[in-house]
Amino acid sequence: MRARVLIRPKAGILDPQGVAVERALPALGFDGVANVHVGRLVELDVPDPAQLEPMCERLLANPLVEDYEIQLLDHA
Amino acid sequence: MKFGVLQFPGSCDDADALAAARMVGDAELLWHGERDLRASDAIIVPGGFSYGDYLRAGAIARFSPVMESVISFAHDGGLVLGICNGFQVLCEAQLLPGALLGNANRRFTCRQLELLVVNPDTPFTRVCATEPRSAGKRLSIPAKHASGRFYADERTLDELDAEGQVVLRYAPGNNFNGSLRDIAGVCNEQRNVFGLMPHPEHAVDELLGGSSDGLCILGSMAQALEGALA
Repeated sequence: MRARVLIRPKAGILDPQGVAVERALPALGFDGVANVHVGRLVELDVPDPAQLEPMCERLLANPLVEDYEIQLLDHA
Repeated sequence: MKFGVLQFPGSCDDADALAAARMVGDAELLWHGERDLRASDAIIVPGGFSYGDYLRAGAIARFSPVMESVISFAHDGGLVLGICNGFQVLCEAQLLPGALLGNANRRFTCRQLELLVVNPDTPFTRVCATEPRSAGKRLSIPAKHASGRFYADERTLDELDAEGQVVLRYAPGNNFNGSLRDIAGVCNEQRNVFGLMPHPEHAVDELLGGSSDGLCILGSMAQALEGALA
């Protein structure tokens, strides 16, 4: 099973990468952009989708400071 | 007494930690793939970029074979000091509370810092309290990192304050990374595991950097162990 895990900084925790991107965009003429947050994307093949949540809890994300979202992808 | 200094692929401060530890006791390097702590009396998890800091700083190192032994050692009451990346590893291993996030200033920053010793009554800071120059209240120690912003939720922060687990704070004007409550170093509830972002092992000789304040942290560990071993 192909899966995708989206990992985001938790709401309310300062996200310096998001701030840096947000401040860079107006310099390119993209005005009015707000609430930019930068996270991580992990794509993987797993034999059993039930493994994904413990994987996220133990390694892929740090649940103290990050939220994760698991998406199961259809076989292409 | 002997310090074991861990060495991961990507560690870069292991040699300085080894040299600093040898100023107060014996010390040897422990390779990340080994489980044997070689009868070390205390462990130093040094700075650097273990496993390339992939995924998150410390996230992969935390599952290395040597860390399994260090976690058992810590649970049995052994003294463990984590410096910079080592602090990140100990947080990922849940031996210490909280997490270390990207600096609020969005830069890798290297500078000499003034630190306040908030709790001088730990095995890592007792000797600092006897330093005549600063009366142990202030230490001048460098930091160099990109992800040193200490974060924990409000309830945890309140507990850390109430239990005396905040060991070091950045002095006013020194908290460049945006750590909550100016926290530079914390210990666990049992006081045998301590992590800090600044580098005591880089402040052990006044000829190099103008301060030897870092020695009191290693000296405190040596004294605590000699007391225990005597």
